[in-house]
Amino acid sequence: MTARLQTIAISKQYDSVTALSPTDLDVRDGEFLTLLGPSGSGKTTLLQILAGLVEPSGGQLLINGRDATHTAAGERGIGMVFQSYALFPHLSVWENIAYPLRMRKMDKAAMATAVKDALEMVQMGSYAQRLPRELSGGQQQRIALARCFVYKPSVILLDEPLGALDKKLREHMQSEIRSLHKDLGATFIYVTHDQEEALNLSDRICLMNQSKIEQIGTPQDLYDRPATAFSAQFIGYSNLFSGRVEKQSGDDGIRLNNGRFSVPIQIPPHLPVHVLMPAASDIALVIRPEEARLANVDEAYVRGTVREVVFAGSDFRVLVDIGESQPFLLRCARREAPAPGDTVGVMWNPAHTAVVTC
Amino acid sequence: MSTSSFPASALRKSLRAWLPALPCLLFLISFFCLPVVEILQTGMVNADGHVTLDQFRRMTKDLVFAKVLGNTFLISGLTALLSVVLGFPIAYFLSQLSDKFRERWMIWIMVPFWTSYLVKTFAWILVLSKTGILLTLAVSLGLVDDPQALAPSMTGVMIGMVHAMLPLAVINMLPIMRGVNAQLLQAAATLGANRSVAFFSVFLPMAAPGIAAAGLLVFITSLGFFILPALLGTPKETMVAQLVISAINDMFNLPYAAALSTILLIFAVAVFMLYDKLVGLSSLSGDTRAAPKRNSATAVTTALIWIGRVCGSGYGAAAPVLTHVKGLKLYSVLTVALLSLPIIVVFPIAFTNSPFLSFPPQGFSLRWFEAFLFSPVWQSSFLRSFGVAIVTALASTALGIGAALALTRLPGRWTKPVFAFLLAPLIVPRIVVAVGLFYLFSRMGLVGTDLGLTIGHTVLAIPYVVVTMAAALKRFDWRLDDAAKILGASAFARLRTIQLPMMIGSVAAALQMAFIISFDELTIAIFVSGGMKNTLPKQMWDDMILQVNPTLAAVSLVMVIVIALLVLLPALFNASKASRRCE
Repeated sequence: MTARLQTIAISKQYDSVTALSPTDLDVRDGEFLTLLGPSGSGKTTLLQILAGLVEPSGGQLLINGRDATHTAAGERGIGMVFQSYALFPHLSVWENIAYPLRMRKMDKAAMATAVKDALEMVQMGSYAQRLPRELSGGQQQRIALARCFVYKPSVILLDEPLGALDKKLREHMQSEIRSLHKDLGATFIYVTHDQEEALNLSDRICLMNQSKIEQIGTPQDLYDRPATAFSAQFIGYSNLFSGRVEKQSGDDGIRLNNGRFSVPIQIPPHLPVHVLMPAASDIALVIRPEEARLANVDEAYVRGTVREVVFAGSDFRVLVDIGESQPFLLRCARREAPAPGDTVGVMWNPAHTAVVTC
Repeated sequence: MSTSSFPASALRKSLRAWLPALPCLLFLISFFCLPVVEILQTGMVNADGHVTLDQFRRMTKDLVFAKVLGNTFLISGLTALLSVVLGFPIAYFLSQLSDKFRERWMIWIMVPFWTSYLVKTFAWILVLSKTGILLTLAVSLGLVDDPQALAPSMTGVMIGMVHAMLPLAVINMLPIMRGVNAQLLQAAATLGANRSVAFFSVFLPMAAPGIAAAGLLVFITSLGFFILPALLGTPKETMVAQLVISAINDMFNLPYAAALSTILLIFAVAVFMLYDKLVGLSSLSGDTRAAPKRNSATAVTTALIWIGRVCGSGYGAAAPVLTHVKGLKLYSVLTVALLSLPIIVVFPIAFTNSPFLSFPPQGFSLRWFEAFLFSPVWQSSFLRSFGVAIVTALASTALGIGAALALTRLPGRWTKPVFAFLLAPLIVPRIVVAVGLFYLFSRMGLVGTDLGLTIGHTVLAIPYVVVTMAAALKRFDWRLDDAAKILGASAFARLRTIQLPMMIGSVAAALQMAFIISFDELTIAIFVSGGMKNTLPKQMWDDMILQVNPTLAAVSLVMVIVIALLVLLPALFNASKASRRCE
């Protein structure tokens, strides 16, 4: 796949505040890439630079291999869906969707067909003469989408487009956006702070933190093989043990020791061994709640007291106090649920855990 | 990478930000700064070109001047105090109304507000003079035996001044009062405060900046008044602006007039700086978050709570007014009626058959309208005023929109000084601008020309346009502009298809205000028209000084109708838009 859009050390500085550290990002043709991160992580700044709404302080932006760092927003062949939808309140739905076509001086007949097709694509064909304020939130969202793809931009940017909708409608619109992506074949770049939304929609997730990229990968990559403690904690829930690596005599392999207990770990292929050696910086072991299980106190890796048992429908969530600052969270079947105060052991398969740098 | 890698684009960007403001800034520098600076200079340079304070020394020795200055401050200060005190209950009442009802009420504030000072003064002459309506009524009812004229007198001046300034005070108090979150008062109620205590300890401190703003603006505006004291007062009530006019028109003493203007200017600027410190300039463009900057001292809060308790105890003097909206409403209806009534009394007199201004009017005739319509002098002055006002409205709106647009794009550190500069013609007393322009135009050959008048009026109208458009741009959702940008619209296309259509109401309001300011303007006209090319207000002024006559009533009626139509137009426009929205 070719890079549809590429940034080279692109950055943004507001006086003394770094909104975006120099960032390299390749966006592949036709992919659905999500910029995910907490507020203030730089994802919106990056999106606005791509859109041409914010002038970068440094670096370069290539679109289809050509330099577009200083190209005007309207000439980049990019579409954008705003968080507030930004529908023109004084124009009808039809005029809103026709707007980009008018700016491109499309002839009347072709314009009417294009607007009609776009409206039908979002199932809003009968709303053409309404004003934006006469539509519900979800309907406005559809019109914003239609206005964006009516002029067939090859890249569509979506800035938290579902943020203003309630949970049920959000889930429905997610599936509509996914099918639109499939139908249009355009490259989607989607900003959200909702990790669940990112996991549901994306081909790849670009996780951002503190104005730079933390990790890029498929949703499964990020979930199964987080590269940093931040990644592990931002996506899904993780139990984290930080400590130092020690090599034990015998065939037991490498272990992680934090002074209170020592557990076996497997070196992930992307981390070279020397990083994990005792002299190196701290690392952390990531154990997802669903990978751990309650076990016999004697054979378990760690032991503790059950602090809380929370009913979660299909199963129970058990919080075990193991002497760390955070209790260990795991799931267990309804019939195996312990009672608060029980002493229990916790086990997991070292192959289903991840090791990250702190 | 550092920012220095894009120096060219940064320069281009800052140029682009300044560009829309340039015509307006250049215009103001040429026709506002230059004349005013020249005036300051004239006051301090003697015939040999040496810097001297002779003019000012002369003033300190001059008892008349000291008296006039004292008068000016006394009248302006009293006017500010009374306008705020009398206007506060109305502003409070209006702030508690729903938008729909407030808009209806505002018409009754705005029409008197925009009605010409000349018309208002003329009306008060009719009401207060020895043969006026008030005394005629009082005598016929047997209330007074020995009629003592209320005008000319100090009382007459104060009645006229407060009547003229009350709407300005209300308009300036209202936004900040509306900004006080109603939930705060509810919160106070849940915490144990009754209505009265909540009003004094929560509402009043939060509305305080608005009250201060209203008082200071009324004070600044009053400083430069001359119409009212000249026509409603005796020579004892002479104000500084009158001295300036007589220094030029009667004594031909420009340096003295310049020195007097300097004094006025210094006080106006000082008061305005106080305004900026207390309320902040941005409040003028609708930034009205009610937020006292400092914490009030505990003692103040305690005192306010105590006052609230006393007044709210059910027997306190203010309780009926504050706790019952009905009392407030009655007060507001009465006050608003008093704002309009004097203007309305002009109407019947315009149809009198008698050559004298007597009340009740005798007979019915249209002779005074005929006198107005068929007199070449009145005809040409009316047409001139109309033409100058239209060109002024278009020019100042075009210049002002550019400046207001630039204000949104300029780097933060520039916005405030540029905004203050654009507002300066509002702060500097008109008489100072007028004298300065007279001096400048006399050398350019623009005295007695319509162009000179238009330039002068445009200078005065620009601040109003800038304030209106800056407020509209502040409310404007720039994400819509971003959206249009991405959809491929050029800067001009965005102005045409997004910005102007969405702000059409504000553009209309700016045009309307600029038109009224010009149509109504007297000060510049007195100096710049050169006595040959009179505008309608100038012609009225000349007639009024000479001899009041029923033609003036007819002219006043025409002026009130023109102004009222203009004020009502946007309200009607909004109403039709609102009804469309409701469908």
